[in-house]
Amino acid sequence: MMRNEAVPLPDVTPTHRQALSVRLLVSPAMFLLLLLVLIPSALVIFISMTNYRLGASSLTFVWFKNYIDLAHNPLFRVSLLNTAIYVAIVLPLSTGLGLAVAMLMERRNLLRPFYRVAYFLPATATMVAMATVWQFLFLPNVGLFNQILGLFGFSGINFLGRPEIALYALAAIGVWEGVAVNSVLFAAGLSAIPPHLYDAAEIDGVGSSWERFRLVTWPMLGPTTMFVVVITALKALQVFDTVAVLTHGGPTQSTEVLFYTMYTEAFRYFRIGCASALTVVILALTIALALIQVRAMERRVHYS
Amino acid sequence: MVLTSLKPPNEIFTVDLHLWPREWYAVENYATAFAKAPLFRFMLNGALVCVAILLIQVLIAVPAAYALAKLSFRGRELCFALVIIGILIPIQVPAIPIYIALAWTGLLDTYSALILPFSVSAFGIFLLRQFFKTFPDEIIDAARLDGYSEIAIVWLVVLRSAWPAIGSFALFEFIYHWNDLYWPLVVLTDANLSTPPLGLLFYRTQTSGSDFGALMAATTVITAPLIVAFLLVQRQFKQGLAIGGIR
Repeated sequence: MMRNEAVPLPDVTPTHRQALSVRLLVSPAMFLLLLLVLIPSALVIFISMTNYRLGASSLTFVWFKNYIDLAHNPLFRVSLLNTAIYVAIVLPLSTGLGLAVAMLMERRNLLRPFYRVAYFLPATATMVAMATVWQFLFLPNVGLFNQILGLFGFSGINFLGRPEIALYALAAIGVWEGVAVNSVLFAAGLSAIPPHLYDAAEIDGVGSSWERFRLVTWPMLGPTTMFVVVITALKALQVFDTVAVLTHGGPTQSTEVLFYTMYTEAFRYFRIGCASALTVVILALTIALALIQVRAMERRVHYS
Repeated sequence: MVLTSLKPPNEIFTVDLHLWPREWYAVENYATAFAKAPLFRFMLNGALVCVAILLIQVLIAVPAAYALAKLSFRGRELCFALVIIGILIPIQVPAIPIYIALAWTGLLDTYSALILPFSVSAFGIFLLRQFFKTFPDEIIDAARLDGYSEIAIVWLVVLRSAWPAIGSFALFEFIYHWNDLYWPLVVLTDANLSTPPLGLLFYRTQTSGSDFGALMAATTVITAPLIVAFLLVQRQFKQGLAIGGIR
């Protein structure tokens, strides 16, 4: 075929009959998205303004009463605070450590494949299983951590049993999980930095590795970092498994977190109206969190 | 910290603690684990549910992704917006109404309750659409000239090149649903249908956590398939992770 001849190619845009089959291609997906995502989400908002309890034969509109009750509810406040603390700990630590691990993994050495597996494995593992392992480590007297403390002469700490500490113990687990995921993301980001930038920097007289990091690596990691931060924050906000398996919100509500509270409200106490309100609040927080972070970082990030 | 996750198999084997097992309790521990909890049943459930979910998701997502990527039709923008919304909304938001719907239709405590809510994966549609966009138009046009219908094009022509993308996506989803505790916890009370995480939870509460040796054995058994799968497809997973992001 000679390209410079003006021979018109046959018209292969879909005909009317083909347009029908297009609808066929797309409609199962769209139908299910409507059914499983859009409508339920709208329903949640609707229900949150009623006092529906599961099994009740009728419901009445109470408008914003649920939300007001929520704001005054001490459990909600504790839950909110706990979740905030949890995120505040997990976010910086798992991001920073994730980056550190990724950079360490960059050095080519014999152990590298081992490190890769070892560090990323937690991300694929079942949280329930891992939580159980951590519980084992945290055991008073017999758990590994307490044994190590014992070696140094400290008396044991009941990590999961003491209200002051339990949340931080869970946060440690969260950081561990976060580092696993983030290190892979950062490793991908690091490998995408064109090496010639480093060469150019060297030519320009940039000597120390700290300078190299500051002037080349960190700016080039911008988009990756933003992605990691947002993902980590959202995952931290949604913490559930460790609480459900290890502490059930205790001791004395010190590990009560938003998602767990929502779960108990909806599926233990069946206060659906109230739980829906909580769901909407969490959704709003999630969106707000994501937006704030994106906004804050967009300014600092430059895409090459 | 990470090394710790590799050590438990060792620590599992003794009840009284040292870094390296004194006595190899392995046989007893694993036997107890298997006897007290139907571990195979849990794994079977996990496999069944995950595979079913995956099949349905691919079945639905591939045509939709193709249409969104390659065809132009009225309402395309709207459909794509719907997909994006599907990605943004976390699963816990629709959870309550879906649960109620399942309760009304009597589908709680069944495999359907575990599988159906996940039948559409907005994430998958998005991922595949991005991938399909790079598929050369000429091949599709040629197929049309040859008289292939659009549906045939999807399954016979385009699918073949999409395997890597589908593979990464499948691995992702499989791991996610294998590890999912929340949803099975919500819809199941019958332990026989439990997926691995839920099964482990039931088992924990049963044994009241005192026999840690057997508990750790159960943990290892449940994690093992994932480790194996991971080792087998390491590279694909990391690529998929970097491209698609994490749930």
